[in-house]
Amino acid sequence: MSYEIIGMAVLWTFLFGYVIVASIDFGAGFFNAYSLLTGKQHILTKIIQRYLSPVWEVTNVFLVFFFVGIMGFFPSTAFYYGSILLIPVSISIILLAIRGSYYAFETYGAKGHRGYAFMYGASGLLLPASLSVVLTISEGGFVSITDSGPVLDFVALFTSPLTWSIVILSVIAVMYISSVFLTWYADRAGDLEATELLRKYALIWALPTIVTASGIIYELRSHNFDHYQSLLNLWWMFAISFILFVGSVWFIWKKRNYGTAFLLMVGQFAFAFYGYGISKYPYLLYPHLTVFDGVTNDAMAIALIIVFVAGLALLLPSLYLLMRLFLFNQSYIKGK
Amino acid sequence: MLFEDPVFGSRMLTLLTLSFHVIFATLGVGIPLMIMIAQWVGIKKDDLHYIMMARRWARGFVVLVAVGVVTGTAIGLQLALLWPNFMELAGHVIALPLFMEVFAFFFEAIFLGIYLYTWDRFENQRKHLLLLVPVAIGAAMSAFFITTVNGFMNAPSGFDIVNGQMSGVNPLAAMFNVATPTKVAHVISTAFMASAFILAAVAAFQLIRGSNHAYHRKALHLTMKIGLVFAVATALIGDFSGKYLAEHQPEKLAAAEWHFETEAEAPLVLFGFVDDDQNVSYGLEIPYALSILSHNDPFAEVTGLNEFPEEERPPLFIHYFFDIMVSIGTGLMAFSFLYWFGTRFNWSFVRANWFRWLIVFSGPLAMLGIESGWWMAEFGRQPWILRGIMTVDEAATQSDYVGLMFVLFAGLYFILGVGVVVVLRKMFKGNDVSVELGEQDGDQR
Repeated sequence: MSYEIIGMAVLWTFLFGYVIVASIDFGAGFFNAYSLLTGKQHILTKIIQRYLSPVWEVTNVFLVFFFVGIMGFFPSTAFYYGSILLIPVSISIILLAIRGSYYAFETYGAKGHRGYAFMYGASGLLLPASLSVVLTISEGGFVSITDSGPVLDFVALFTSPLTWSIVILSVIAVMYISSVFLTWYADRAGDLEATELLRKYALIWALPTIVTASGIIYELRSHNFDHYQSLLNLWWMFAISFILFVGSVWFIWKKRNYGTAFLLMVGQFAFAFYGYGISKYPYLLYPHLTVFDGVTNDAMAIALIIVFVAGLALLLPSLYLLMRLFLFNQSYIKGK
Repeated sequence: MLFEDPVFGSRMLTLLTLSFHVIFATLGVGIPLMIMIAQWVGIKKDDLHYIMMARRWARGFVVLVAVGVVTGTAIGLQLALLWPNFMELAGHVIALPLFMEVFAFFFEAIFLGIYLYTWDRFENQRKHLLLLVPVAIGAAMSAFFITTVNGFMNAPSGFDIVNGQMSGVNPLAAMFNVATPTKVAHVISTAFMASAFILAAVAAFQLIRGSNHAYHRKALHLTMKIGLVFAVATALIGDFSGKYLAEHQPEKLAAAEWHFETEAEAPLVLFGFVDDDQNVSYGLEIPYALSILSHNDPFAEVTGLNEFPEEERPPLFIHYFFDIMVSIGTGLMAFSFLYWFGTRFNWSFVRANWFRWLIVFSGPLAMLGIESGWWMAEFGRQPWILRGIMTVDEAATQSDYVGLMFVLFAGLYFILGVGVVVVLRKMFKGNDVSVELGEQDGDQR
C-alpha cells in the first residue's frame, strides 16, 4: 500500500473517532441546557459529570491528532486550507474554548451558572456547524487560487444549499449519536427516568438523520457530479449503513439491547463516513489538491507511520484502562 | 481596520496566543512533578499534610491544564492558519515531533483523568502515585517534542535544498538539531523552577493571611527547596545556551547584548539605552562577562552585530528581555538560597511578613522570566521564521481578517484568564485546608 493511502486511512479513522466521541459530548451539552429549560436538569447533569468530565480532554485530542496528522502526512493542506479557514476554524477554537472551560470551571469548580450552561449547550450545536464547513469547502467550487494564495468565496459558500444541508446533517447527527449513546449509558446506570427521556430523544432524531443524509447525496449531484458518481458506485456501503440504522432504531423502539443499538449506530455511521471518504478519494481539496500532490516525502511518511504504530501500542492499553474505569465500571457509573 | 498588514497581524496574534499559552504550558509541565514529589514525601514520611498538598495542587492543576489544552489547540491550529507557507515547508521536515507531541499529550490526558477521579479507589497510596508517573512523563515529553520544533526554527537541519526543491529529508536529524539540547533543557528546568515558585507564592500568601497551619509551612519549605534546585540547574543550562548562541546564532546573542563590533575581552552590558548610532549609555558593564558567557574564556573573541547585513539583524529591544530574564533567574536563585540558608540556621527574618511578601512576588516574577525568555528567543530570530531559509514575511497568510481574529482571541484569553482566577479562588477560599484535613482525619479513623 502506498503511503498516501495508509496516511489517509489512519487520519480518516481518527476523524471518525472524533465524530463519534465529540458528537456524544456536543449533544450531551445541548440536552443538558435544554433540560435546564424544562426543569429536568438533575436527570442529565449527573451523567454528564460522571462520564464527560473525565474524558473531554481525550475527546479533544482526537481532533488535534487529526489536524496535526494531516499537516504531517499532507503538508500542502496547510498551504491550501490555512488561509481560507482562518475565520471558520478560529470560531471553532473559540467554541471549543467555551466547552473546555465549562468542564474546567463548572464541574471541577463551584456550582454552575445557568448562562454558562446555555453557552455550553449552544456551543455543542455551533461546533458541528463550524467544523463541517471544512468538509463543504473540500467539495470544491468555493476556492480560487490567486497569486497571493487560495481565496475563499464566502458569499458562494453561505448561499450554497450544499453548505446548509451539511450543517443541518451535522447538527442532527450529533443529536442522534449522542442520544443513542446516552440512552445506553443511562440504562447501565440504572437510571430509568433518564433512559426513558433519552430514548425519546433518540427516536425523535432518528428519521431526520436519514432524511438529511439522503438530502446531501442529492445536493452533491448538482454541486460536484464526479463525487456524486463515485458515491453511487459505493451504493452497497450506504445500503449496509441503512440496514444497521434500521437495526439500531428497532432495538431502541423495543427498549432492549441498548448496547447493541449503540454499536449498530456506530457501524451505520462508519459505513456512511468511510463510503463518503472513499468516494472523495483522491481529492483533499477538489479539484486543486489530491493526496498524490500533497503527500510528504518518504522519509517523513515512514517515520510518521512508525511513530503511529508505537504510539498506538502505548495508547490502546491506556484507553482500555480509562474505559474500564469510567465507561464499563458498573459501580462508578451508578455513582457509588 | 486594525493591523492592515497581515504579516504584522499574524505576528501579533501568535505573540498573544503564545504569551498566554506559555503560562499554562509551563505550569502544565512543572506542577505534575511537584504533585509527585509531595505525594511521595507524604507516603515516605506517612504525613497526611503532604498527601493533602498533592490532592489540593492536583485539583487546581486540572483547571490550569484545561486552559492549557484549549490554548494549545488554538496555537496548533493558528500555526497553519497564520503561517500556511511555513507549515507547508516545515511539515515536510519537522512534522514528526509535532505528531509525537500529540501522543505524549494523549497519554498524559488519559492518566490525568484516571489519577484525578481515583483518589479514593486505591487502598494503597503508592499505586495511586504510580498513575502520576505517566502524567509527569507525558508532560515533560510534550515539552521536549514541541521545543525541538522551536529548535528547528532556530537551527534548521535534516534536509537539503537543491534548486529550490527540498531533498534528503531526515526527520530525526531535524528533531535533534544543534539548538535542541540547550533549548529543551532550559524549557523543562525553568518550567519546574517557575512552578515551584508559583506554589511557594501561594503558600507564603496563606501564611501572611494569618493561617499558621503546619500544612502551609511545609508546602512553602518544600517548594522553595525545589525552586532552589531548579534555579541552579537553570543558571547552568542558561550558560550553555549562551555558548550555543555564540556558536550557532551569534546575531541573536549580539543583538541581545548590544555587542556591535567583533572584539575580544567582550564585556556584558546590562540595561541602559542605545541610540541610532549604536552608542550605549547608562548601561551596567561587567568586564569580560560576555566573552565568558560565549566561550568560557575572558579573552575570547565575540562576533558583533555589525558583521551581519542590516536586514538580517534582530531588533535591539530584545536586550531588555534578556536582562529581565537573567536578572529574575539569578535573583530567584540567590533569594531561594537565602531562604534555605535562613531556615537552616533558624534566622527569624525568613518568617517575617516582609520576607514572605517577597516570596509571594517571586511566583509572578518567575513567570515573567519565562515570558521574557520566550520573547527574547522569538524576537531574536527575526526576520526569520526558519533561520536562513524563510522569513516571517514569506511565511504569513495574506488573509484580511487577521486583525479581527486578534480582537476575538484577545477577548477569549481575557475571559479565560479572569475565569481561571475566579475559579481557583472559589475552589480554595471556601475550602480551608484545616477543614479539609479535619475531614480527612475523620475519614481515616
